[in-house]
Amino acid sequence: MLLRAEFVAAAQVIVYAGAVMVLYVFVVAYVGGGTEPLAAGGRTLKILSPLFAIAVAAELCIALLGTALSGVSGKGAQFVLGFGTPRHIGQLFLTRYLFAFEIASILLLVSAVGAVVLARRRRGLEPEIEIERRVHIPRPAFTGTMAEAAGTRHAEPGLPELPSAGEAELEPTGAAAGPKAGEQEQSSPPYQGGW
Amino acid sequence: MWIGGYLVVSALIFSIGAAGVLVRRNPLVILLCLELMLNGANLALVAFARMWGGESGQIFALIVMVVAACEVTVGLGLIVAIHRRRLPIDVDELRELQG
Repeated sequence: MLLRAEFVAAAQVIVYAGAVMVLYVFVVAYVGGGTEPLAAGGRTLKILSPLFAIAVAAELCIALLGTALSGVSGKGAQFVLGFGTPRHIGQLFLTRYLFAFEIASILLLVSAVGAVVLARRRRGLEPEIEIERRVHIPRPAFTGTMAEAAGTRHAEPGLPELPSAGEAELEPTGAAAGPKAGEQEQSSPPYQGGW
Repeated sequence: MWIGGYLVVSALIFSIGAAGVLVRRNPLVILLCLELMLNGANLALVAFARMWGGESGQIFALIVMVVAACEVTVGLGLIVAIHRRRLPIDVDELRELQG
């Protein structure tokens, strides 16, 4: 705000302290923010990366103290009334930088969709125990489960008996446990599809 | 208002962020240091906007903020997805994104 950038300052506070940090807190709470394992970084990498970091910092210092500080004038430019207000920035956004504005909004949309896609559940990849536990819960009838719609599979005559067919008989799917109208399915291995 | 002070602070923030990215191994911390670097660059942009009078620097800073927010979103989504598959959260172990 000392630089007459009130809108940028306000936007930064709202976006960073409000959104980014809150996201971080949620993800750390979910993931657990584990302690870093110490060894196994590789000897060369452990020595080289701090050196490289110091090299970057030193290079920036040289660039700054060498030429940049002398090339920068002490006084700022003439102060135009309304510099940095949302009105000026909005005008610039909508006239001269319109393309950047639109691309930024498309980028936001794409990244929001991408984050949702990344974090959704994918059934096929869970360990077996989860699938066992999940499948043997009796589903309520007429709720539109896939087993109701498609019917449970029959074991073909002649094929060897599938191992879970025995225990699956004890808990038929919800609709089959209900009316049994026209449904003569023998309970074969329950539906274990992905989505 | 001497602009050089802002540039020094910006370079400091940037180099601290770069050091963090290079040295740490937890991907959450690396993302945080990336944000630090982007913020340092933003500060330099706004300082130069003040110096030269045009507001283009501030607009650029706002767009950089948008890009940084998008990148944090996607990066955190990746970390959540990795955690769901029960893989260790360590950048040295995670070599491929397949699956």
